[in-house]
Amino acid sequence: MALLEATGISKRYGGIVALDNVSLFVDQGEAVGLVGPNGAGKTTLFDCLNGVRHIDGGRILFDGQRIDRLPVYERARLGIGRTFQRLELFAGMSPREHLMVAERVHRGDGRLWKDLIGRGRASAPVPRVEELLVELGLGAVADDPIESLSQGHGRLVELGRALAQDPLLMLLDEPSSGLDTRETVGFAAVLVEVRARRHTAMLLVEHDLDFVRRVVERTYVLDFGRMIASGRVDEVMAEPVVRSAYFGEVT
Amino acid sequence: MTQFLSYAIPGLPYGCVFALMAVGLVLTYQTSGVFNLAYGAQAYASALVFYVCVNAGWPNWAGFLAAVVVVAPLLGLAMDRFLYRFIRSAPVLVKLVSALGMLIAIPSALQLIFGNQARLAPPSLWLAPGAVYFHLAGDAINGTELSTVIVTLAVVLLASLMSHFTQIGLRMRAMAESPRMVQLAGINSERVGIAIWVLSSFLAGLAGVLLAPLFAELQALNFTELLVAAIAAAALGSLTSLPLAFWGGIGLGVVQELLGGYLPSGTVLSSGLRPALPFAVLIVLLLALPGLRERWFHDDPLAGCDPPPPPMAATIGGHGLEELLRGGGSLVLAVFFVSCLTWVPSNWTFTLTQGIAYSIVFLSIVLLTGMSGQISLCQATFAGIGAFTCAQLATHFGLSVFMGIVAGGAVAAAVGVVVAMPALRLGGLALALATLAFGLLADNVGFQYSWSGNGETGVNIPRPQLGSLNFTSGKAFFVLAFILLIVCSAVVLAIRQGTTGRELAAMRGSELAAASIGTNLAKLKITVFAVAAALAGVGGALYGSLQGTVSPDDFNSFLSLVFMVVVVTTGVYTVQGAIQAGMAYVILYQVLDYLPSQWRNLFPILFGLGAITYALHPEGVVEWQKRRVVETVVSLRKHPETVG
Repeated sequence: MALLEATGISKRYGGIVALDNVSLFVDQGEAVGLVGPNGAGKTTLFDCLNGVRHIDGGRILFDGQRIDRLPVYERARLGIGRTFQRLELFAGMSPREHLMVAERVHRGDGRLWKDLIGRGRASAPVPRVEELLVELGLGAVADDPIESLSQGHGRLVELGRALAQDPLLMLLDEPSSGLDTRETVGFAAVLVEVRARRHTAMLLVEHDLDFVRRVVERTYVLDFGRMIASGRVDEVMAEPVVRSAYFGEVT
Repeated sequence: MTQFLSYAIPGLPYGCVFALMAVGLVLTYQTSGVFNLAYGAQAYASALVFYVCVNAGWPNWAGFLAAVVVVAPLLGLAMDRFLYRFIRSAPVLVKLVSALGMLIAIPSALQLIFGNQARLAPPSLWLAPGAVYFHLAGDAINGTELSTVIVTLAVVLLASLMSHFTQIGLRMRAMAESPRMVQLAGINSERVGIAIWVLSSFLAGLAGVLLAPLFAELQALNFTELLVAAIAAAALGSLTSLPLAFWGGIGLGVVQELLGGYLPSGTVLSSGLRPALPFAVLIVLLLALPGLRERWFHDDPLAGCDPPPPPMAATIGGHGLEELLRGGGSLVLAVFFVSCLTWVPSNWTFTLTQGIAYSIVFLSIVLLTGMSGQISLCQATFAGIGAFTCAQLATHFGLSVFMGIVAGGAVAAAVGVVVAMPALRLGGLALALATLAFGLLADNVGFQYSWSGNGETGVNIPRPQLGSLNFTSGKAFFVLAFILLIVCSAVVLAIRQGTTGRELAAMRGSELAAASIGTNLAKLKITVFAVAAALAGVGGALYGSLQGTVSPDDFNSFLSLVFMVVVVTTGVYTVQGAIQAGMAYVILYQVLDYLPSQWRNLFPILFGLGAITYALHPEGVVEWQKRRVVETVVSLRKHPETVG
């Protein structure tokens, strides 16, 4: 059975149909791409999958459980991690603190009474967090203020924060945007390595087709809210319907 | 029907004033993205200038020119050019706090200039206030009412003609639709923006001058309430529609008078609910209108096209400095404690004990605003709930005052949960407005009953007694208050250092990301709101027990605004900041007491101006100075040779 199974997803904004009967699935440990021109509805689909927006039709199964009515935080606790196209970082916190708070929330350690008797304090370094920092190459900047980091490091911190929850599925929203070529290649390598080590399933929204090829096995193509193709990256990109969606009619 | 009309017609003049303000508010919010809370203060400024001019013997038209045509637009323009222009893309917290600073500073500055004597019988703009011009459905229509309605209609007619038939009007309408598109069309949007500020300030000034004679005395507070009424009317138009805002204002004025007519007279409900109607309407609208909620979730009409706001973090910090400050703070606190028990004169011990009670209330603002990024404008109300609970339980049920203080905190927390639950989906601006309206509702209705605040008479709270230990003496009570402060500070520190504190910081940074790592934002917000309300309640009860008698005036909504501004100025991120704020609050008040009464206005001016520096120094301008001084001293000690 697939880890994530979305069937017939529809989403409307007023009169605009952003998603029209979209279906997709991601298997355990699988990396899947989601490409499409700007405005195709990729981020909207992500928002629907992790609960930021409610769907108007269809259903979403995750790990065998129906999740389309659950709030964002419950889906996160079930094992859906997410990164954002426009960085969403916690101002005033260091990378290490970003990972720590995610790890603690994941452990369910957020009880107020525990804090009041001093049980919630961070005293010793958490092995999982230290491991992740090293794995992602954030060791050198772990205690720097988040505002001083580059976009590339910011993306890694978001990735680390999501991984600190030990997710079954990662939703990655255009991780290469704002990165230079070297950083993009590096980030793709990190993703491949993370998946090899942790077997985390990934759903990747991305414009950079090179990046997509490096990371995923197969991909979906979304255009104007409709799923127009799916399959292996190169085969899909060769399909006429996809070429016309990206480049217009080729005569 | 005649009776209905006879109740409804006197509401029209109020409705007109609400409508003018509502239209002006929507105009500037739509075009500049700043929700101008200082709008009420602008109306007050014009009303005051008009009063002063007319009383100095100027003819009405000259007063009108000075107050509405000159002073009002200049004031609005100055605010836009020197303040709002720079914070358009700032986080909603910054915008609100800055506007709040202006709201508090402007009326006080005016009173400092023109004197703060009572100003009775404000003059009517045009027709004679006493004269009855005609009767309509049994109502005698006097000059004030008639001129208000006529002038409003004339101005609205002119404004809509201008907006439809002139070049600048077309551009203004385009600006209201989308400021960015106007820029792209090659129009100097700054210039159109200035025109809009001038127009909107003119409307505020006009509303102020028209409203003043409807009350017996010219008071700044009436204009804060006018502001909330205008906000409610603007909310009826979802903060976007000018016609809806206008008719919302008219409707609100009429319904207010209808309520006054139909409700049984002589009860708290009829005397309180009539003025409180706009606040009730605002709360209901915030909760019920999904469009409004959605709008406020994005909280800024310009969001999405502007770059993300700069991060909010202390500009001077670092680990060594933090530890030094903490150590130094403890030392100062110890010296303070010993001094109060030994050489400090008893009237100053009393003052400083007041400061401790305020510090505990201010801790709630540190927790809510500094640590969680939420804005509550009703913390004084929670303090009142704590005090009145303690008083009622102690006098009517014989509960010990100790338990009463605890119970005060508990009841405040329970009310906090009730307020927070519906307000949860609201963020930023909407939460601020909902809590402001809640506070005003408590002022006008909730605290007026004999079982709560007992209106103007107030309630008595004895000093606590624990077995044979008696806290009636000033020093003993000081020790008790000091211990309570330490306990409350420890609670806030424990929350900050624990997981909850990290989650709060995460929520402040990005609600979206906090939710997607599994944080239950709803629960977190309710919890922090309840704890903050409890802290305020304990502080309020302690204050009440110190004073002996407290009335709703000790905890009114205006104080909530002042509290916010004071804490933001002295340091909203740290426990030390709250204690600095509490002490600064009482000490400054005591010092200003030695000066002529007019100079007491310096207090709100100083803190109001402090608040508008929030964008530059989010850690608080006082805290920033303190850090700078400490850092300089430290670096001097480390590298003495570099000096000179």
